[in-house]
Amino acid sequence: MSDNREQFRPEDHPNDHFLLTTVVGSYKKPKWLDRAFDLVEDEDANFGEAEFEEAKDDASRLITEEHERSGLDVVVDGEMRRKEMVEYFAHRIEGYEFNGRVKVWGHNYFDKPSVVDDVEYGEQWLVEEFEFTDEVASRPVKVPITGPYTLASWTFNEAYEDDAELAYALADLVNAEIEQLVEAGARYIQIDEPALATTPDDHAIVGECLERIVEDIPDDVRIGVHVCYGDYSRIYPEILDYPVDEIDLELTNGDYEQIDVFTEPEFTHDLALGVVDNHVAEVESVEEIKENIKEGFKVVPPEQLTISPDCGLKLLPREVAYRKMENMVQAAREIEAELDAGEIDVGRAAPASADD
Amino acid sequence: MAQLVTTTPGLYPLPEWAKDELSDLKGHQKEGLISGDEGEDVVAVYEDARGEAIDDQLTAELDRVVEGQLRWDDMLAHPLAVHDSVSTAGIVRYYDNNNFYRDPVVRGDLDFSGDVADELDAAAEHVDEGLQAVLPGPYTLADLATDEHYGDESDFLAAVGDFLAGEAKAFPEEVETLFLLEPSLLENPPGDGEDARASEAIDAVAAATDADVVAHTYWESHGGDEGLDEKVYAHLLDADIDAVGFDFVANHEDNAYVISEYGCTDDVALGVVDGQNTLVETPEEIAERVEWALANTPGTDFETVYATIDTPTFYLPSGKFEEKLSALGAVEREEVNI
Repeated sequence: MSDNREQFRPEDHPNDHFLLTTVVGSYKKPKWLDRAFDLVEDEDANFGEAEFEEAKDDASRLITEEHERSGLDVVVDGEMRRKEMVEYFAHRIEGYEFNGRVKVWGHNYFDKPSVVDDVEYGEQWLVEEFEFTDEVASRPVKVPITGPYTLASWTFNEAYEDDAELAYALADLVNAEIEQLVEAGARYIQIDEPALATTPDDHAIVGECLERIVEDIPDDVRIGVHVCYGDYSRIYPEILDYPVDEIDLELTNGDYEQIDVFTEPEFTHDLALGVVDNHVAEVESVEEIKENIKEGFKVVPPEQLTISPDCGLKLLPREVAYRKMENMVQAAREIEAELDAGEIDVGRAAPASADD
Repeated sequence: MAQLVTTTPGLYPLPEWAKDELSDLKGHQKEGLISGDEGEDVVAVYEDARGEAIDDQLTAELDRVVEGQLRWDDMLAHPLAVHDSVSTAGIVRYYDNNNFYRDPVVRGDLDFSGDVADELDAAAEHVDEGLQAVLPGPYTLADLATDEHYGDESDFLAAVGDFLAGEAKAFPEEVETLFLLEPSLLENPPGDGEDARASEAIDAVAAATDADVVAHTYWESHGGDEGLDEKVYAHLLDADIDAVGFDFVANHEDNAYVISEYGCTDDVALGVVDGQNTLVETPEEIAERVEWALANTPGTDFETVYATIDTPTFYLPSGKFEEKLSALGAVEREEVNI
């Protein structure tokens, strides 16, 4: 594992310690953008591709700047161009087709695609999104990308022997995409694999996918993997074998009940710790978030800790999401100052722990 | 010579128009979901959709016709979710699927409800023969629920069994076949003692109806590539049921093995159409799968062989679902070598 974290420390960072603050990715779309997604599908509406692109550019600019205003060290554009985390990619990969909506729960549906032929790289996925966001942002930009295991699992597989074979084929495409993103200047990539939580026995398949993904990606490119809403004892410590710099986990939602899972054996990657709950509309106070951050020190020392919400913020009202990010950043900065002053005495943040 | 009967295990996807109309009427949050006392406008949409689901099966010429359970927002947990003694809590994951249902928390006696019987009464008006009911099996329904009333696992399972027996007893006399869906026997297999009690609870439901009862299992057992646990299966055969159902899509070899090893009921249900993949089987492929299952279970001599979709079908887009119904209905009954 290389130390590629320092490149994200802002020049004017106020403290010696640096707890990298970022988000998982998705963010509530402005209502007018939801409307634009509907209008472009409506043949009777006088709303074409040019208008649609302009709306997405406007939203991307707006949310990137909103992220920067909250003080985050590394920002995202809130995935304004992506309707859904599997659909978006499936539309761009040859071999996929769409047959209609399926139920997720209640009257919430998902346009679950089918793989009907060998998957091949089609039109570009995220390079234009990254270039636009990077142009708008003054802070470094992270690129979240749906992982091949999740792309395979949340798809009807008509063409491959099993889901593992499909996942490996998709991993090669993700690798090709990341190479282009790196070429375009991206230095922080997050692979989203929420499907691992539903089928934890498949952790080795995800591991093999990640090996393919990181092949020939330079060490100074930071690679994270995001997993959420599962029984982590079934994937730990196996996930320490993953060839990534950082593992991003949802833990606030379960009130850190699972934090002890990661204390034995020692957590050797960086930990991106969820410190605010994306399913609760109440904004956590700075004090509350500081306590959550300290939970992370039970697992990793400060130099291995990244601060983030549990998961994407797309279901929260925008102002709530914004205030959560703002409080999260303030809490991180206060903890850093306390660390500088030697005032924090928790787990692996305790001043003496290095000499133990 | 066995008789081949084509059927499905219910829980159909809503037609596209009904998806739109019902999301407009009921919204997207858990508060809007089915409570058992829905308003007239919602009832009317479901009536139209039910008529369409039945027409689709009749057009496909399936031998058994289900009501479709289009109202079952909470999938197999539905009969509890609408019960007066049950309150629904948060959204919880439905097995290892990317699906969620409201956690039904049982807070009082599970007395008679009649919700499912009402649906079947409505369906009976459209179906001349071959009406089939579908219920969650008692072990599965108890597994999906949270008990805050009975306090003891075996009491709760027995109570759920008695509740489902009461529901089955109220079914219209037109019901010829009852499928009891028991995926939890695989996904969360009962341990020692519990396996016998699961069988007793199924027996209680079967005893309450004159219909032929199929205890249908599906998916692979949790955590590995294995079929139905042998001990669980042996206990299941103690129940007075007409058929056990097996998922020959998820796992044909292990299922053929347990049937060969332990024998089977007089009838059998073979899940031979994939309910969770859009790839549409041809009638010939379906027939071949039936023939494979029967050829690989020596020592059996079934009277009725149900050829069915292996799982409920709400997983499928409605267009692909209709194609699967047509393919299943088009299987040449007489030409299948059984």
